[in-house]
This record gives sequence, C-alpha cells and structure tokens, in this order.
Amino acid sequence: MSAPTLELEIADITESAPEVSTLTLKHPEGRVLPSFTPGSHLVLECSGKANAYSLISDPVMPTSYQISVLRIHEGSGGSRWLHERQPGERLTARPPRSAFAPQLKARKQLLIAGGIGVTPIFSHLRAAAAWGIPVEVLYAHRPGHGAHCDELKTLAPGRVRCLDSRAEFAAAFAEAVIRQPIGTHLYCCGPEPFMDIVVGTARGAGWPPGRIHTERFGIDALDPGDPFEVVLTESNQKFTVPSGISLLEALEKKGFDIPNLCRQGVCGECVLPVRTGAVLHRDHFLTEEEKESDEQMMCCVSRAREEELEIAL
Amino acid sequence: MTTTAPPLERDLVETFPFPFPQDTYRYSTNVEPAGKLVPTPAGQWGASMLHVDSEYHHELDERAAILQRDPSRQQVLPHMRPAAWDAMLTLMQELGTAYPREFTLTRDDDGTFTWINRKQGIEQRFTYADETTLPEPETGPLGFIGSQVQEDIALLDQREGQLFVDAGIITFAADWSFGFDVGMSFLEIHGPVPRVHDMGVIARAQTFLMRLQPSTPYRRTNWTLTIGRRLDVSTEVYHEWGPDRGWIQTTDDQTFGASVHLRVEVQHLVRLPDSGAVMFLIRTYMLPLEQLARIEPWRARTHAVLQELPEDMADYKGFISYRDRAVAWLESQAPSS
Repeated sequence: MSAPTLELEIADITESAPEVSTLTLKHPEGRVLPSFTPGSHLVLECSGKANAYSLISDPVMPTSYQISVLRIHEGSGGSRWLHERQPGERLTARPPRSAFAPQLKARKQLLIAGGIGVTPIFSHLRAAAAWGIPVEVLYAHRPGHGAHCDELKTLAPGRVRCLDSRAEFAAAFAEAVIRQPIGTHLYCCGPEPFMDIVVGTARGAGWPPGRIHTERFGIDALDPGDPFEVVLTESNQKFTVPSGISLLEALEKKGFDIPNLCRQGVCGECVLPVRTGAVLHRDHFLTEEEKESDEQMMCCVSRAREEELEIAL
Repeated sequence: MTTTAPPLERDLVETFPFPFPQDTYRYSTNVEPAGKLVPTPAGQWGASMLHVDSEYHHELDERAAILQRDPSRQQVLPHMRPAAWDAMLTLMQELGTAYPREFTLTRDDDGTFTWINRKQGIEQRFTYADETTLPEPETGPLGFIGSQVQEDIALLDQREGQLFVDAGIITFAADWSFGFDVGMSFLEIHGPVPRVHDMGVIARAQTFLMRLQPSTPYRRTNWTLTIGRRLDVSTEVYHEWGPDRGWIQTTDDQTFGASVHLRVEVQHLVRLPDSGAVMFLIRTYMLPLEQLARIEPWRARTHAVLQELPEDMADYKGFISYRDRAVAWLESQAPSS
C-alpha cells in the first residue's frame, strides 16, 4: 500500500478556465519523470489530505506533469489548498496510477467529457492522436467554463465539439452514440449524474457494458479503512491499527517478522489465524467460504469489520 | 558417448538464481517485488530486472539465428504497436539504470531519443512511434530491443477482464510454442499445466497481473531440467531435442552430470507505463548438474526436491523418464561422511 513518493516542484501555474488552475510540476533537479498510461491520475498530498488528479500532459518519459484543478468550494479543502500554491513550492505525490486505460484493440474512441472531467479525456485524446486511432470528442461544459478546448481541437482538428448547453450536448450525444462503427469504445468522465445519463443512453442504444468505460473522481486504491484494536493471544499484546496503516505494517513496526511477498492480497504469504472477530476481507487469495468462516486473514490488506480482532500470534 | 562440458564462466555460477527455498516444490503464485538482491552459497542474483552476463553475445547471436530460421518466434499483433514501443523504451531505461557504463538512453530537447549500446557498438537516434527511425522498420521496436537483451519478451493486452498474449519475441521457450500461443488468453495458455487450476493458482496470478502498477514490477522463478546447454527447447524443434530424453537414461555418469542442466527462468512482471500492457520477461539460466553438485547446499536441496516431486509434475516438466536417474546421480555426489 505504501508506494514510494515523488517530490515535485511547481514550475508554472496558469488559469485554463475560471476556477481551473493548471499546474506544471517538475522534478526539482529536472530529471525525467515516470511515464504513465493515458487516463492515469497523480495522488497529491494536499495539507494532510490525499487528492487524485488526472494527468493531462505528454505521457512518455516526460520532463513535467500537468494537472488541471477545479476549485471546489464545498470540498474537503484539497483543491482550495492547491489553488493557493505558488511556483517554486514543492508537493509530495504518489507515482501515477492507471485505472482508466485506453483499450489497445479499440477501433475507434468516443470520448465524452463533462466539466472538469475533461482532464482524463484530454489525456486519451493525446494518445489517440499520437497513435493515429480514430477518435471523436464531445465535451459538455458551462458557458465560459470550457477548459482546454483549444488544445483539444488542435490535437484532433474537426473531431472535437465543445458544447455549452445541456440541450445541445444531449442532441449531439444522442446522434453520435448510434452511428459509431462496431468496435468503438466509449470513455466518459464527469459528474456522477452526467455519467449516469451517458451510460444509460449508450446502454439503451445497445452498447455492450465492456465497451463503456467511466472514470469516477477519486482514488481507486483501497481506502485507508477505520482504526481497529488487535489482541495477540500468544504474545499477550494489544494495540491499535490506525487508519491508513495495514495490520502487516503495524505488526512489522512492533518487531514481528511476518512472511510476505506481494503486499496486495494476492500471494497468500501473510495469512494469519484469527481467533475471534469479524474480518473485513479485501484480498484475492482466500475463497468465499474461507472468508465467511473468518478463521484466517491476509494482514496486508484486510482489516476488522468491527472494533477488535483476536489473532493467534 | 562421453562428453566433457566446456568450462563455464565463473559469473554463470555466481549469479545462478537457485530456485528452491524448501525441500519440496509445488506450484504457487510465488511472486515477490523485483530488484531484491538474493544471496546464494555461490554468490548473488536479482539486483536488477535485466541481467547482462558473459553469455550476452553468444545468446544474442543464437536468438538472431533462430529468428532467421523461424520468424514466427517474433510477432506483434497490430493493436500491440504502442505496447512494443513502450516495451523498448522501458527496457532501454532499465538497461541504462542497471548498467550505465554500457547503455545510455537520453531524451533530447526536440523530443527525439538517443540510444547507445556500447556492448554492441550501437548509437541510434529515434522518434517514439516512428518505425522508420529504427534500423529495421519491419521488425520494429520489439525486434530492435530483442536483439539487445538476453531476456525473452511477451506482451499481454488487458481487455474484457482478461489478459491476452498478443505480442512477443520468444526464442528460448521451454517446451512450448510462442507461434501457437500468440493471441490466446492467459488461462488458455496455462491450460495444460497440471494441478494449478483446481488450486486457483492461474486465476489468482491473472488477477495479480491485472492489478500491477508501473511503479512496482514483480518477479517469480520457474524451473525444469534440460539436456545439453540448449536454450531453444521449443515445440517447433522438438524433433531435435526430444530424442535426448532417450539416450540420457543409459549414458555414463560423467556424461549425465555434464549434460543434464537445472534450467531456471527468472520471470519479471511489469506494467508498461504508456500502453498499459503487461510485459512478461523470461530470462533463462542453465547450470549443469556437475557444477551444481559442487555447491553442497544446492546439491542436497535439488536432490530432495527431485526425489519428492509428484509424478504428474515431473511428467509435465518433461523429465519423468530420467528423474530417478537424476536423483541417484545427485545422491552419488553426496560428500562422504
């Protein structure tokens, strides 16, 4: 769970639309940054919180990353904090994560963006243009709030429509969704209600679910989970596993040497015998029956469903 | 027939990735993070994803000869073009990091790249995604990098909740055929492996691969026995190596120890960052039993594993006909107490 972090320096900040800041981030020593898959996001530490932002820049051995951040007034404060940053300041990031990858076999891509959801769509369009994949973009935004419209149009002249009224978008999408060649994949990012309408319309037009891809705002990685108490019956210890720390990490800090390999719930090495307590199983190793019996758990990813777990350790 | 093996370069023993952590061997999803150095009684291995050793030129000459005879060992289905470029650039970066004196990749200000391979005297300027900037546009980026790393390379496309082996350059296959398998799903390819399906090992491995992230490559080992120092034991040339399983049973002890090799594959599992494809690297190492037996912990452990190995696994691995002989031979090399 604890991937290495990257220290990045803010090289530039521009306004791409009202309330939307585009940040250019570089390695402090100008080094090449890790490549990433189109549609990937960067998780940034924003004054104690972790926020995910889609990368919009060139993905191959880049010397900078770019993200566009919408200021969200009622949010947890991460976007407001980012909007207060200045060039020269540093940020801590997790390496790019891919959870909205383009399908290599797609014959064509139909890219649908709503509002700030344009950011991963921008990234997909960049890749489609680079590899010569047929593409079509519909981008719905509020009047005067279209971010990156000109850049999208430059990447794919004649294939991008930026629409600033709901009726216009609805009509354009209703027409586009029924005239795509077989083998087209649809990618959509935007607010939940917007995506619900897009997906519903596409399903209604006969699109198979496997050809429709959506990106929800947020992080796909396992959530940090609630804190819980652990009682070790053999070694007579009791301690709390905090949120964001795995039981495996907590045991290692206490000096236990737990066999482990993958640290993501697949290899089965870090299995622990559970005495009592309900386990929140989050691994891919145990069978459904084993999970129901709550006799063992993978301590790298799984946690307590209630307040306390008793482990025979 | 009595043969004496040619002397083995020392580094081939010192960096041999001995694969048995225990006295018994069963299939498991035995993956671990890449890059961890493993000390062995003879030396160490595992510091980097790509390994260049004293066989570099010899193995790459052999790969070139195999590809010339049988171009089906290298294939890139059309949709895998971005993955092939991604693989090339990723491998170049890895080589540059692991062996900075021999290999350098630089990104120039105009966005083009310059690749230097001092071991082969190559200096190539290229533009990403433009095959015409490579020395041989027909074989593309995978052909170019495949002639510069000792590892076999398979590229897997992830779609519809599965993985498909849709590209690769595989010249050193251990009893399988890349040309036959290309385009198949991960589950189809592993269909013939005994035991693993009931145990869910393959399905779990696929789940694991589908969750790989670019920043964290993993690795595993696999192994078998091979007669002779033969890298290409693919199905395509079975007629050349299959008959060895006959005469080996009756040959003299010295020839047996020199001919039978413990064959180990170090496999790396890498999420390619740009294309999102999964890269599977297979590096093959071979150590003749006569060399292996000189390292007593290796001899004793190999003896125990081979003796205990269930019939169906020894059969699938292709050495059931001389397994007992190998056990007896290793037994005979035990230090007298």
